[in-house]
Amino acid sequence: MRHYVIIGAGVAALSAAQAIRQQDNLAEILMVSDDPFGYYSRPGLAYYLNGEVTEEYLFPFSEKEIQQLNFFRIQDRVTQILPDKRRVLLSSGGGLGYDALLLATGAAAAIPPVQGIELQGVVKLDNLYDARQILSLSRKARRAVVVGGGITALELVEGLCAQGVETHFFLRGDHYWSSVLDEIESRLVETRLIEEGVQIHTHTELSEALGKHGSLEAVRTTRGELIQADILAVAIGIQPRKELADGCGLKTDRGILVNERMQTSCEEIFAAGDVAQVYDPASGKWILDSLWGPAREQGRHAGMNMAGLPALYTKPPAFNVTRLSGLAATIIGAVGRGRSEDEVDIAHGESQAWRDNPDAIVARAEYHVNHLRVIIGKDTLLGAVVMGDQTLSHPLQYLILNHVDITPIRDELIAPGDRLGAILQNFWLNLATTHAA
Amino acid sequence: MLRRFFKQETIKRQVLGTSYVVPDSSRCIQCGICSFNCPIDIDVRRHAWVGEPVKDSRCLTCGECIARCPRAVLRFQQTSLFDAQQAAKEE
Ligand SMILES: Cc1cc2nc3c(=O)[nH]c(=O)nc-3n(C[C@H](O)[C@H](O)[C@H](O)COP(=O)(O)OP(=O)(O)OC[C@H]3O[C@@H](n4cnc5c(N)ncnc54)[C@H](O)[C@@H]3O)c2cc1C
Repeated sequence: MRHYVIIGAGVAALSAAQAIRQQDNLAEILMVSDDPFGYYSRPGLAYYLNGEVTEEYLFPFSEKEIQQLNFFRIQDRVTQILPDKRRVLLSSGGGLGYDALLLATGAAAAIPPVQGIELQGVVKLDNLYDARQILSLSRKARRAVVVGGGITALELVEGLCAQGVETHFFLRGDHYWSSVLDEIESRLVETRLIEEGVQIHTHTELSEALGKHGSLEAVRTTRGELIQADILAVAIGIQPRKELADGCGLKTDRGILVNERMQTSCEEIFAAGDVAQVYDPASGKWILDSLWGPAREQGRHAGMNMAGLPALYTKPPAFNVTRLSGLAATIIGAVGRGRSEDEVDIAHGESQAWRDNPDAIVARAEYHVNHLRVIIGKDTLLGAVVMGDQTLSHPLQYLILNHVDITPIRDELIAPGDRLGAILQNFWLNLATTHAA
Repeated sequence: MLRRFFKQETIKRQVLGTSYVVPDSSRCIQCGICSFNCPIDIDVRRHAWVGEPVKDSRCLTCGECIARCPRAVLRFQQTSLFDAQQAAKEE
């Protein structure tokens, strides 16, 4: 009987365990996690905060179903990996032996190195414990300050607003999420936030958190402004939890480096999900994603390889559908504008790949609150941002992810005018009819 | 006016008779909003996890899950009446 140890209980861990079980009925699968709540929808935390879903619905599997998957769950923290002995050590003492090990340890919010950051009232949004804490603080809080630039920062703003807390949003630059969105798109989001009563402070940076008796009372900006606040929520980026890998000498960069079998520099140790840095054929670089879909797929591939079934993971163009201040938004492929001033690295729900600014042409169309931007390469579409009406997001998802040749419409696409949507729609319908025929 | 009303009714009936709710799994983040809002407690989210249409004869095709999903994961897809009857038998 083979022994598998999986560190983590997130989506990468769960899908690896399912894949191993499918290959190997007799295997012993141990899943160790330091999160007492086990497996739940991490992106769903945003909707728990704004009241769209209740806590019990964050759990996709019932306790009984988890048991049927037939793996042992251990609530503990792994403190060390001993690759030579094929053992991991636990914080409660003792250890676990393995034939194959998976690191699916995810990523944690980066904490800004400012004074007062340990005060009560300073929060982040990584897990269910954090979400509960924010909800509990919101019941008494009058004012909150949110610092950060990506999806999580915005979800914190929206959640706090929905809980009736007066919310101030600090942005270092002059618009929201400048690494991925262009100015028009940022403005769309900001206008809607302002309508909801959010106070946006551009060119504003946090300098310190001030408190009394261990609790937050105010924050100071680098310009010396003092703002009274009961909550300070930070979402300036994430850091892959790669300490265990560093500690035992695995090859790491910003995450744990893996090959296409999700194998680390040690043959029996695999990594998947937010902690893994995978090769991206599109850019020729090793890339970090913090995306649910890729974490699930990487976990599945890792599981198959661990159980001896060779499976090669090819990184697809990064793709996420999200909601930005109430507007549905799909972001696919390379759409970006480099680095953002508000984030130290990528944040939850993002991909490093979006930030690539390819050598390509941008075409844009706007219809009221709807906005469409496509990045046009030599003969394919390289990326797109679809905000508002999502009709075109499905065709664009297909065209970009499958590298469909768009030369027949390329000239039309880059010609000035606002027919972008219609041209794409027609091309898509033609394509669908030809394929159906 | 009346004609428009009738047209809408016909479309609704067509949807009821011949459509499933179909997920695009690659968009789903398992937040549970669809299952939470289903008036008859179908676990729509599980269908999205396994990538299968909601072929549940109890499904009212009310569209609540489609409308509430924050990620445009779900949509109606026309199926032939025969498929729908077959699915009802399989339940
Ligand atoms: C607020 C928020 C919003 C998001 N929005 C989106 C979105 O819109 N779209 C999207 O695609 N993705 C989104 N994400 C990202 C998505 O949730 C992650 O990509 C995904 O959860 C990664 O899964 P994972 O299994 O790699 O890691 P995780 O789910 O982070 O799981 C890591 C696990 O490792 C355990 N662990 C770590 N270290 C140890 C240790 N030493 N010992 C024991 N256990 C350990 C933890 O307890 C945890 O169980 C969002 C995330 C958050 C927090």
